[in-house]
Amino acid sequence: MKRRFLNQVRILALLLVFLQLTTLTVHGQGGGPSDDEVNAVASQLYCPVCENVPLDVCPTQACEQWRATIREKLALGWTESEIKGYFVEQYGARVLATPPAEGLNWLVYILPPLALVGGAFVLVRAVKTWQSNPEVEPVTSSSADDDPYLAQFEEELRRRDA
Amino acid sequence: MTDGEPTNDAPQTGEKRPAARRWGVIAAFVFVIALLVLLGLGLRRTTQGPLGVDDQVPDLTLTTFDEGDIHFNDLRGQVVVVNFWASWCKPCEGEALELEQAYQMYRDEDVLFLGVDYVDTEPEARQYLERFDITYPNGPDLGTRISQAFRIRGVPETYVIGPDGRLAAVKIGPYVSLEEIVGQIETALAQ
Repeated sequence: MKRRFLNQVRILALLLVFLQLTTLTVHGQGGGPSDDEVNAVASQLYCPVCENVPLDVCPTQACEQWRATIREKLALGWTESEIKGYFVEQYGARVLATPPAEGLNWLVYILPPLALVGGAFVLVRAVKTWQSNPEVEPVTSSSADDDPYLAQFEEELRRRDA
Repeated sequence: MTDGEPTNDAPQTGEKRPAARRWGVIAAFVFVIALLVLLGLGLRRTTQGPLGVDDQVPDLTLTTFDEGDIHFNDLRGQVVVVNFWASWCKPCEGEALELEQAYQMYRDEDVLFLGVDYVDTEPEARQYLERFDITYPNGPDLGTRISQAFRIRGVPETYVIGPDGRLAAVKIGPYVSLEEIVGQIETALAQ
């Protein structure tokens, strides 16, 4: 009877410890969005003040404020695209790491593949041309008729041989 | 017919090929030149610098923090002081009080002050306005449209628009004194 009671106490104690650990973990996370979640959105944005520095690694006060805004929006349940849309509305499309596919921005998406295909086409054509003309044209020997100096030289040689 | 003689159709394909190749080369050149023109226009815009004195100010709309819309074209006939600032901008703090003082000095005349909050977050911007007791209309630069139209390089920058809608004075960086602000407003009023 006593042993059974002790076992029950042990199980209860273990459950309490488990409950305590779980509570501590949740408390440690603070309930709000984690830094990783904030940075996942921030890495897709650029602050116009600090050009070429992604928002997740930008050290300025302006960027800190922006990251706080992202955290606030995430806590309110906003999705990633809603947050990005908000930033575009507030600060313009240039804050996006990937420009939207519209207007002249299309060039960014079209030109690299076009250049790649064009380059491959030129390369294939060049290789085909080389393959269809494998024989190297023999170097045409200069004829003495064309070159008066050579003609004179050959004449001189013939005279010496004679 | 000997081996070396060309066939009848050979010259035809020979003529078509150079023509097609020529058009291909022309198209490639036109494409490259168009790209270079685009690049040049972009470069010219980025190196143009901010609007200067006598430049016409485009029609812009500032949506204030109080949700009111102010259209620049509706302000013709008045002197308008457009100040670009941000809550994270330390030099802006140095001129904030003087700007408010100047606004109070000229509020009964045809001089309007507008604060354009550049790349900022609203709670901090509102705190900044409260901290410096700024009472003239202020609003965020939504989509950075106003700062792009003025081609500003940073904050603070202030543009004084004359009654004719052209720029009368420009201040890049913070004002160092109230007198400096007054001097620019008087220049605009004298126009």
